[in-house]
Amino acid sequence: MKNTLLLAGSAVILSSVASTAMAREGISIVGSSTVYPFATVVAERFGRTTDFATPKIEATGSGGGFKLFCSGIGVDTPDITNASRRMKLSEFEQCNENGVTSIVEVLIGFDGIAFANSVEADQLDIKMADLYMALAKSVPNPDGSEELIDNPYTKWSDINPDLPAIDIEVLGPPPTSGTRDAFVELAMEGGCDTFEFIANLDKEAHKAACHTLREDGAYVEAGENDNLIVQKLEANSDAFGIFGYSFLEQNDDKVQSSIIDGHEAEFEQIASGEYGISRPLYFYVKAQHVGTVPGIAEYLAEFTDERTWGDDGYLVDKGMIPLPEDERAELAAQVASLQSLELN
Amino acid sequence: MSADKSITDTTTLVRRSLAKRHAAEKRFRAYGIFAIVASLSFLVILLVSIISKGLPAFKATYVNLDINLSAEALGVSESPDRTELRSASYNTVIRESLRELFPEASSRREKKDLYALVSNGAEYDLFDLVIENPEIIGTTFSLWVLADDEMGSVIKNGDDLTNPENIVTRMNENQLSWAKKLQDDGRLDVRFNTAFFENGDSREPELAGIKAALIGSAFTLLITFSLSFPIAVAAAIYLEEFAPQNRWTDVVEVNINNLAAVPSIVFGLLGLAVFINYFHLPRSAPVVGGIVLSLMTLPTIIISSRAALKAVPPSIREAARGLGASDLQVVTHHVLPLAMPGILTGTIIGLAQALGETAPLLMIGMVAFIVDIPQSVTDSATVLPVQVFLWADSPERAFVEKTSAAIMVLLAFLVAMNAVAVFLRKRFERRW
Repeated sequence: MKNTLLLAGSAVILSSVASTAMAREGISIVGSSTVYPFATVVAERFGRTTDFATPKIEATGSGGGFKLFCSGIGVDTPDITNASRRMKLSEFEQCNENGVTSIVEVLIGFDGIAFANSVEADQLDIKMADLYMALAKSVPNPDGSEELIDNPYTKWSDINPDLPAIDIEVLGPPPTSGTRDAFVELAMEGGCDTFEFIANLDKEAHKAACHTLREDGAYVEAGENDNLIVQKLEANSDAFGIFGYSFLEQNDDKVQSSIIDGHEAEFEQIASGEYGISRPLYFYVKAQHVGTVPGIAEYLAEFTDERTWGDDGYLVDKGMIPLPEDERAELAAQVASLQSLELN
Repeated sequence: MSADKSITDTTTLVRRSLAKRHAAEKRFRAYGIFAIVASLSFLVILLVSIISKGLPAFKATYVNLDINLSAEALGVSESPDRTELRSASYNTVIRESLRELFPEASSRREKKDLYALVSNGAEYDLFDLVIENPEIIGTTFSLWVLADDEMGSVIKNGDDLTNPENIVTRMNENQLSWAKKLQDDGRLDVRFNTAFFENGDSREPELAGIKAALIGSAFTLLITFSLSFPIAVAAAIYLEEFAPQNRWTDVVEVNINNLAAVPSIVFGLLGLAVFINYFHLPRSAPVVGGIVLSLMTLPTIIISSRAALKAVPPSIREAARGLGASDLQVVTHHVLPLAMPGILTGTIIGLAQALGETAPLLMIGMVAFIVDIPQSVTDSATVLPVQVFLWADSPERAFVEKTSAAIMVLLAFLVAMNAVAVFLRKRFERRW
């Protein structure tokens, strides 16, 4: 019995190591968990309607994706990385150092970030500056002097009498989340820059003032799982939540977007750029792998097809906000010719 | 006399304390029963919630469509070749048959709502059908296709479509009235969800299946078992039966015990650094996952195997030696077979831990979207707990039931593994 097991064991190990050939059949994709729900739809369709293997997609986060992507060229590195922000210069240089010299950048669309509450409660109509006052750790002194004090507000109506007289309770993602980064950069910074003296602070102090969320319990870190936040909003109609637009769209019978500076997280208003809290979605391709790993060019063609990322494309059904039509046409042409990215 | 007195004293003392001691014993039993009842009721709550949420996932709603498969609608020539068939627009055909059923949907918005009744999988099904039998082009036939997750859930739950206001759904009034008409015409059917066991992951809840993760888990555990079992048993036998007692074996022993307490993510980092970055084994492959998990399970199996070997009475060894058996014969003929039930129990506990592990797999790329079913241990794969995690994080609501169903499959896998262990244990025990 034991001998047989030993034999079987060693046979499996040997065969597995022997078959670790260098070639790879399918495309390997890493990167942002925000782009993940969209990239997976394209990958799945690509796998089903072509003879190529379905690409493998790992959600490593934007930063983690760039790190893997820029670690070199060859089949043991990923071919594509998704990102919910543009590649940084330092990452581009890292890539170049490791021999990844020809990178194609594809901007695929936008993702809105919703500030929402239960449909049971009234829709909130709020200015971005008030949202900042509600969520920042330190806010301008209400007496009008130009200094920052610890956030004294406990009810929305303390900030602005037009707002409801309920306790401030906002559920949102933890600092490791890209959604949180984007919310802080767009909504919080947008709100805090309405105060001139903060906008004029030096870079470090400005960042500390605008980017730090309060830690006294009014802002609750509810984990990376957006579904959980939606469920909690459903149970507690006094609470608000921060999550991606696709979760808002999938649960529009349970939660509603708040109106921020007169606009709500709604398809047309995000697409037109009127709703301020939205971020670009990118992916980056190693042009050097095109031709080595089968299917990359075809995957790019599928992604930049009108029926994929167009106004009526299937990515829109999944909650992505498309680019304007002329930009799409221009980008598709650039991608087809594998135009390399230049950053400086 | 004084002795008698002291005995009576002791007896009274004992008698007096008796009630107290009995009460203490009763209390202790009550604590024990309470502990068992509490843990059992938690288990029941957990199981009931998982099963009640997960059961709908084993059913799927189908829609019957009259397909008019003309070459014109497909956008292909009269005698198309394979490449032409690949790029044909099957969607158009499906949409046309829906429009024929409900000609009243005229505006763009209405049409979009109408098309949303049927799953994207319908297109793939038709595609597969045509690729297999190209001769059906030009014919008209009826086809059962998967319904979209929203309508599918409403029909599966048996919601009463005559009272649409009571239904919790994202479907709008038009869609509900169309669904009602489909139901009245007998064009809707709820069947067993075979797709769930035949497909890999998908972003469409109605198409998503557990098979890729199940096969991935099986491959990973196979590697884990075939590496960790022989190595751990050999290590345990050497340490217990042959190794001299000196400082070196003490150091080894302490380190094995420490390894058992190392957080699993550390093994993942090790796997990334050694097996992927240095040995260039493929990312996301069960072979690397299996090696990493076997490192994690080795100490567990070694420790329990040593305990099992230690439990074999020395008289067995002495009797065998007395009859002239060599040390190796003593071990292989007598000690190991007797210790086998304990060793197997330890192995199963180790493997069960490995089955539920996600943290080390995150580092080596097994937390990934995998559609294709892995064919070998070097193909990209994911495992059951990772699939649970990925589905729990998806925006579409129909993934909630998939998540619970995946947990049920994971539990079934675990029960099956334990059943094998119990069976083997019984077999080995009988031999003695």
